[in-house]
Amino acid sequence: MRAYWKAVLAVVWKDALLELRTKEIATALLVFALLAVVVFNFAIDPTPRTAATVGPGILWVAIVFSGALGLGRSFAMERDGAAMTGLLLAPVARDAVYFGKVLSIFLFMAAVEVVVFPIFLALFNLSPGDLWMIPIALLATLGIAAVGTLFSAMAVNTRSREIMLPVLFLPVALPALVAAVEATGGMFAGESPALWLPFLVVFDAIFLVVCPAGFNLIVEE
Amino acid sequence: MKRHGETSQPGQAPAIDVRGLRKSYGRAAVLRGLDLEVAWGETLAILGPNGSGKTTLIKTLATLTRPDSGSVRVAGIDVSRSGKRARAAIGVVTHDPMLYEQLTGLENLRLFGRMFNLDAVEERAARAADRLGMASRLSQRVGTMSHGMRKRLSIARALLHDPPILLMDEPESGLDQEALGILEGIVSASADLGRTVVMTTHNLERGAALAQRAAILSRGRIGYHGSAASLGVAGLRERYAELTGETDA
Repeated sequence: MRAYWKAVLAVVWKDALLELRTKEIATALLVFALLAVVVFNFAIDPTPRTAATVGPGILWVAIVFSGALGLGRSFAMERDGAAMTGLLLAPVARDAVYFGKVLSIFLFMAAVEVVVFPIFLALFNLSPGDLWMIPIALLATLGIAAVGTLFSAMAVNTRSREIMLPVLFLPVALPALVAAVEATGGMFAGESPALWLPFLVVFDAIFLVVCPAGFNLIVEE
Repeated sequence: MKRHGETSQPGQAPAIDVRGLRKSYGRAAVLRGLDLEVAWGETLAILGPNGSGKTTLIKTLATLTRPDSGSVRVAGIDVSRSGKRARAAIGVVTHDPMLYEQLTGLENLRLFGRMFNLDAVEERAARAADRLGMASRLSQRVGTMSHGMRKRLSIARALLHDPPILLMDEPESGLDQEALGILEGIVSASADLGRTVVMTTHNLERGAALAQRAAILSRGRIGYHGSAASLGVAGLRERYAELTGETDA
């Protein structure tokens, strides 16, 4: 078990080091998410009434699309020189590589959310309400990362990978996206977002079991 | 000196035992009931024209490709059932360097050391790099290394965990004369250590010079498997032409 977690953390350490060198993923994620929030803010010119209604959708769509961008970049680095094949040759269960990638993407996305969320609140003139929003955001991000990692691994070796990833990933990630949007919207309407917590726990539990099995099948020719 | 054949051999099983291996990609059958047995400490050169299935065979032995049917045992371990255990026994060098370009040579070796749960990774990395004549390049980013230097690093990565079986797919490609000499040294030292080496090559002379035994892969099967020395380069070339219809590997 120690070897397994050592391998998971080795993948995370490697992704963090690569990101420190290239700054490709965090920059792409952050720029895209911020741009989307800013552009929509100008496009719909939100009033206090509409901001709470459409704002959560804009925020989470920006996060999910930027996540897809980051996933694409992350797996492009794995494709170069068949680098990930080297990881797959390690004497550990191959889902260690999967969980390492999920954890990396989750951390990148969470870091971007920490920056984007306050900016979103300021632009849409909304006030943060419930602390339950933190576990909701973390669970939604984990679910998105879990599904996205599987489909990135699937899309990375296809010719039209830029198209394939969102086409495969977004429909499956949709329940997590809807839950995150509803919870955020509810929070702005004065409801507790905690209502969506069990839904996201179940979503994450299902995909954190199904996706590693799918990953094992995908990485072997 | 540690002899792999004595310490890592599970029971009396051969290092590699392949029976009736079949693998197709779509409608294209690449391996058609291939049988192969490689003893511990043996060095085998697999020769064959492009598309004969050499790379597919290496990938299957390395647990990177799932066979359609047949049995593949590496170090006595069924790769389909216990791929994880089989991978601990093998070092793999392929056409691709399997390295991260933005990381330095040492960072790459450190990463793979952690993936393999190795102790004393720094010492192992230094030792492997020294054997490959690239100790002074370990702090260099892989992306700035020449093709030959990347290949050396790739071989160092494969040797990092001191595997009892080394699988190499055309290891000589991209290597300069000095590196070829180092590679030859590693292959011959492997025989002394009891390490089994299976390598594919396009270079018939090099295959015959490096390996104790040679196998010619033709139409998805092993057409010839025997002593490389007793047949000699001329004899090997003759068998190769006979089996593949081509004049050289």
